[in-house]
Amino acid sequence: MSLLEAVRAARETRDYDAFTQLIPFAQFLGISAEDHQGELLSKLSFAPHLIGNPALPALHGGTIGSLLESAAIFRLLWDAESLLLPKTITLTVSYLRSARPIDTWAHAKLTKQGRRVASVHVEAWQESRERPIAVATVHLLIKPAE
Amino acid sequence: MPPEHKLELLQRFNQAFAEAVPFNRALGLRFEDYEPNVAVLRLPYSPKLVGNPESGVLHGGTITSLMDAACGAAVFLALGSPTPIATLDLRIDYLKPAVAQLDVLCHATCTKVTGNVAFVTARAHHPDEEADPIAQGAGTFIIFREGGKTSFMERQR
Repeated sequence: MSLLEAVRAARETRDYDAFTQLIPFAQFLGISAEDHQGELLSKLSFAPHLIGNPALPALHGGTIGSLLESAAIFRLLWDAESLLLPKTITLTVSYLRSARPIDTWAHAKLTKQGRRVASVHVEAWQESRERPIAVATVHLLIKPAE
Repeated sequence: MPPEHKLELLQRFNQAFAEAVPFNRALGLRFEDYEPNVAVLRLPYSPKLVGNPESGVLHGGTITSLMDAACGAAVFLALGSPTPIATLDLRIDYLKPAVAQLDVLCHATCTKVTGNVAFVTARAHHPDEEADPIAQGAGTFIIFREGGKTSFMERQR
């Protein structure tokens, strides 16, 4: 199955595993997408190899950045009309709290979809959604210039 | 290849940073070179790090991870002593797609250290393509100095 076929299938069934399983780095990190009562959430399942600070311990900043960027791309793939794979232009992450060695969730909101560029706001949290551990603004190219 | 007098320190950096930090080890990150406030890290290409299986190109998250690690390493080098730090923010511009099968190097330069904060800029590029980077970034780090107002553990709450 091609990536875009997997996207089309996931849009209909709301079962995203067949798509995320095609992405080697998502598998390597343990990133998945899940439907929670009609809301799309992305998840980074904890595993020991994700640790960036063994003394605390805390997850590596790169794993949280990857989750936030992935959540933005998943949002566009499921909701945007374009069937091209979105390309990240810029990613700006604010790290608000240290990420503990447990599962992390992310929700992405499409702030603005223009003709070529989409702006997505993403929040990541662990135990409580009211206490985000990181937020990001992601700009993605959804349609190249003609 | 860095000069001989650097090799021993590079080996020690790799032990402390690349091998002792699980995610850096999982990515296969290695110190390539260093200056007093500059870290050069290499991310070896690996099929497990691919974002698009149809093109074989690395996932953007691998570049983010490489930049975060290199920027943090540049701060450690600038501080000159093992001081706890944490990333405050990280901004990355993806300038062009990475090429499949090629390693990525990241040059991170700590441009300023204040009492509380360190500022870093970074560029990621393929080997021998320093003038044509894949990504550029800017990171800000909070420094938890001993006896400072904010302790490392306090930040965790």
